[in-house]
Amino acid sequence: MLKLLLKTLKTGVVTERCKAPKDNELEALGIEIKRHIDKKFSGSIAIRQVDAGSCNGCELEIHALNNPYYDIERFGIHFVASPRHADVLLVTGPVSRHMQTALLRTYESTPDPKWVVAVGDCATCGGEFGVSYASCGAVSNVIPVDLTIAGCPPTPIALMKGLLGLINLPKGNV
Amino acid sequence: MRSSNWTSDFLNQLNKANISVVTSPLNQISKIEQWQIQSSHWNEISQLAVEQQLRWVSGWAEHIDKQFFVNACFEKAGLYIVLRTQINTDNPELPSQASVYPAANRSERHTQDMFGIRFIGHPDNRRWTRHQAWGKHSYPLRKDFSVDGEPEAITPADKDYPFIKAQGAGVYEIPVGPVHAGIIEPGHFRFLAVGELILNLEERLGYVHKGIEKIAEGRSPESLARLAGRISGDTTVGHTWAACMAMEQAANIEIPPRAALIRGVLAERERIANHLGDMGAICNDVAFVFAQMQFTRLRENWLRSNVLVFGHRLLMDIIVPGGAKSDISADSVVVIKKDISRLKKELSEIMPIIDLNSSLEDRLYTAGYLSPETAAAFGTLGYVGRASDQDYDARRDAAYPPYDQVEFKVALENQGDIASRFWVRYKEIQSSLKLIDQFINQLTDGEILTAWQIPKPNSEGLGIIEGWRGEITSFVRFDAENKIARFYPRDPSIINWPALEKLTLNNIVPDFPVCNKSVNGSYSGNDL
Repeated sequence: MLKLLLKTLKTGVVTERCKAPKDNELEALGIEIKRHIDKKFSGSIAIRQVDAGSCNGCELEIHALNNPYYDIERFGIHFVASPRHADVLLVTGPVSRHMQTALLRTYESTPDPKWVVAVGDCATCGGEFGVSYASCGAVSNVIPVDLTIAGCPPTPIALMKGLLGLINLPKGNV
Repeated sequence: MRSSNWTSDFLNQLNKANISVVTSPLNQISKIEQWQIQSSHWNEISQLAVEQQLRWVSGWAEHIDKQFFVNACFEKAGLYIVLRTQINTDNPELPSQASVYPAANRSERHTQDMFGIRFIGHPDNRRWTRHQAWGKHSYPLRKDFSVDGEPEAITPADKDYPFIKAQGAGVYEIPVGPVHAGIIEPGHFRFLAVGELILNLEERLGYVHKGIEKIAEGRSPESLARLAGRISGDTTVGHTWAACMAMEQAANIEIPPRAALIRGVLAERERIANHLGDMGAICNDVAFVFAQMQFTRLRENWLRSNVLVFGHRLLMDIIVPGGAKSDISADSVVVIKKDISRLKKELSEIMPIIDLNSSLEDRLYTAGYLSPETAAAFGTLGYVGRASDQDYDARRDAAYPPYDQVEFKVALENQGDIASRFWVRYKEIQSSLKLIDQFINQLTDGEILTAWQIPKPNSEGLGIIEGWRGEITSFVRFDAENKIARFYPRDPSIINWPALEKLTLNNIVPDFPVCNKSVNGSYSGNDL
């Protein structure tokens, strides 16, 4: 136990602040995200991530948002286990036809008001897979999408920027 | 080197059994032979193969003119053969090998769904890859099936799949998925349980089937490499390498030594990144958050160096047909060396903490036990196999450049539980670090790309590499004009998923997530 505490102390807080030279965008972005979240969502948004056919590359980077460097939860953005608890669906992948009904049902289970963010090139435009007998292509071919975050896969910083874009959306889009 | 003359003994044995075999090399570069046999011997030969302890590696079919070519790849002592037979498309049927080799089970079901080939005597001929996106009597990988298909506006849920049932007092079912509670790929698990005890687990996958094999047809080599890099996002290096190796065999070209070393560095970096992620996640699944935070921190450091050296966090699209797209500069060598010593130091501080933690010991030891016998029967690969005493690693046993020039230890454990799968990963990180160091030291000036040669029509290749999850095999056949005729990548997950069904038996339902994480199969790599 002593070793554990020592390592924790030695590691310190690695979460990045403004002064971190390379990722100085991060904190500015995060703070802006937080300001918007405070205004529109009473300080928190709940995200349900849905993989609708991705190669799992996007999931790896979404996971990274929870690592101690990005620690996205400090801005009130957290991932929840059920669409019924969610404000936002974060959808990856070209939507495989075998996931089409599951995605539609997940969308229906999410209470209004809700937002859909399509993450990654495949979710945005079909990417490497496009539309075929097995794939519906972009998420917007299946459910209404409010925002897209491109990238193969988008980096954690790009994901943060994207979420900021969501919060900046004009009300008419909702 | 292990003995490699089993093929002539086996051929003699087949001769005695009156099975005629026509052998020829698969291509001019690899040592792999193809063995043509009559379709009626398909099952019989597998019975003889299992007696000789050949491992069933991979199975796939091809539609060429009015015939189906059916292939099954076997391995022993690092030497691979491709067994091949032809059947007519009019009434396509073939004796099943799944009754002999459990590893062939889902593969044959996939071929059944995609080509409409009936496997006679198959122990379980339910549909596998097909849900409801195409009809029972249409087969996407036949050449007359258009890539667009004829899908309905909304593909219905596959609600009538005949799951295994159990009856009796107190037995109940738990359906899980396809949409899971975490940030994870979709699939369905059907548990039969009594109280907390798992009586049976049945996996139902295929939800992320994206038609990879079909949309590969007609692509250029560069485009196929990109697609291969997206079969399973965590194995982008592994799959791209295997596909490129297959294409390079078909094109009869060899990559420059420097490119092979770069590929080696990429593959080992991918292995380490994934093992770091998994080790944290295994601890997290038993609520030891300290380790999760430490390992995700180390993983992030590692990915940031990937950007510095190669320009992409997950290393996508750096391996290209003929070599590699980006070089390792002198500055990058410094970054990589610093990375190695930094990670070693960090792990030397973290691992003793994990080793001494009694609650981890309590949860990880003896849980999710996979016996060496079961692992052998299913041909279990990679760290899952090696944690259950399956001493196989393509990097050592079927060495390809750059692994043929280096010395390294293959990690092995024999306890077969979650703890073994955890510690095997740690040992693999250690040997990967040593490998990267050796590769970097061997870098000499030179080209990183060999000029592409347009392969002859019908030429084929079978790339075999040790990805981070285990052995990947990737089959490519070319058409005329540099176009792909057939692509079949076999992710290790296809072989390893059934092992998860076995190792969860008699565990409690709440231990399933950590059992699953300790195997960490790819859904996308399985469903294609």
